[in-house]
Amino acid sequence: MEQLILSLITGIFIAGTAGYLGTLMLSKRMALVAGPLGHLTLPGIALALIYGFDVSLGAFPFVILGIILIWLIEIKTKLPLEALTAIVFALGVAVSFLFLPIAKAETALIGDITKVSLNEVIISALLCLLVFFVVKKIYPKMVLINISEDLAKAEKINVKKYNFLYLMAIAIIVALGVKMVGGLLTAALVAIPACASRNLSKNLLEYICLAPLFGIFSAVFGILLFKLTGFPAGPLIILGSGLIFLISIIFKK
Amino acid sequence: MSNNLILKVKNLKVQINNEKIIENLSFEVKKGEVLTILGPNGAGKTVLLKTLLGIYPFEGEIVWKEGVRIGYVPQRLPFIKNIPITVEEFFKLKNLSKKEIENILNEIGFKENLKKEVGNLSSGQFQRILIGWALAKNPEVLLFDEPMTGIDIKGEETIYTLLKRLKEKRGLTLLLVTHDLSVVYKFSDFVICLNKYPVCQGAPKDVLSPETLRNLYGEEIKFYQHYHK
Repeated sequence: MEQLILSLITGIFIAGTAGYLGTLMLSKRMALVAGPLGHLTLPGIALALIYGFDVSLGAFPFVILGIILIWLIEIKTKLPLEALTAIVFALGVAVSFLFLPIAKAETALIGDITKVSLNEVIISALLCLLVFFVVKKIYPKMVLINISEDLAKAEKINVKKYNFLYLMAIAIIVALGVKMVGGLLTAALVAIPACASRNLSKNLLEYICLAPLFGIFSAVFGILLFKLTGFPAGPLIILGSGLIFLISIIFKK
Repeated sequence: MSNNLILKVKNLKVQINNEKIIENLSFEVKKGEVLTILGPNGAGKTVLLKTLLGIYPFEGEIVWKEGVRIGYVPQRLPFIKNIPITVEEFFKLKNLSKKEIENILNEIGFKENLKKEVGNLSSGQFQRILIGWALAKNPEVLLFDEPMTGIDIKGEETIYTLLKRLKEKRGLTLLLVTHDLSVVYKFSDFVICLNKYPVCQGAPKDVLSPETLRNLYGEEIKFYQHYHK
């Protein structure tokens, strides 16, 4: 029972914050970027599993590396972001399978939130709160940047600074997200709640509020269903948000 | 810089990705003037506006009056449709109170519901919103990129009537990018014909001859000057 509560708390914090950040990523047409970043963390997760430290800790440096790589290659080649994600994501998966012990592959790929310790819960919750407040602080400016960087620059907004904070927030959420749903499914954690919310909302306020709620609902849904069925929690969480998305299509205004 | 000047540009050169976009451009803008930048597609008009706003790096001199407040009306904002943002929320990005928002919307003749999504507005209403947004912090200068894009003839007239009214009421200085000659004649004090190099500069009646326009747009253009009483 105690373990269940720890998992639920972690899930609620991470999924809620991921949903919130996801609304910015969707409006920046970057919802899928969390995908390759998630995949890139796989070597880090593999290392963490082999040497027995926190998977988020293993994942974090690889997300940062991924962000820098994607950013540099984009500047250098002007290839579209989605093409770069294809390259980066395949490399991440390939490298990790060179040394990932197959017995641990499932945890790396689809996560395992059902065995979190109290320390992990506290650290995850604190990081989520940090990300939440940073995102809340930069949100209006980021919306303007997402609408038009030129307009934002004309308003004397330091676009580089805001983009940097935004990318750091993504890095932390992806690193936390892999613990929950694994390297394969992190994109879903940010993208699906935001997409469902976009379907249903008529204004920015609804859009921002619904996405974290959907994220939290999926986390609770997935973790409880794991308790009942014994299927892995990560995929169940994503299926939960998939269900919300399907419902949102029916009620799309 | 003398008191009357708002902007002074000297030997401006703009290069983007090693391509020369603007070369050898000098001009001045006085307070209350309407300057039109005229030229074919790809002539560097939008780049000029954005350079004046500080978005692109440049060589040469751009000197704005100290502490000048500038409003920018972009050509279009295609990505705003990705975001479910209402007219009211769009203005709140500029930290305006509801009262201030209502005053501005009233001034620009925006009649629709404040709760309407910006992405669902007609192009005419959308352009009004962009003008209102640019005016929100009381700018002295308005930089306006292609005011008539996507608007029918009737709507176009209204946008210019609106601009004229705003200019008189607020004492605005205007920098407009356009390729609509009638606007240049009706409205501007000064025109710069730009095709990477400045092709001509001066009062519209003095510099816009069939010949300069041929230089600007190439041989095909047929142009008749109409006189407005």
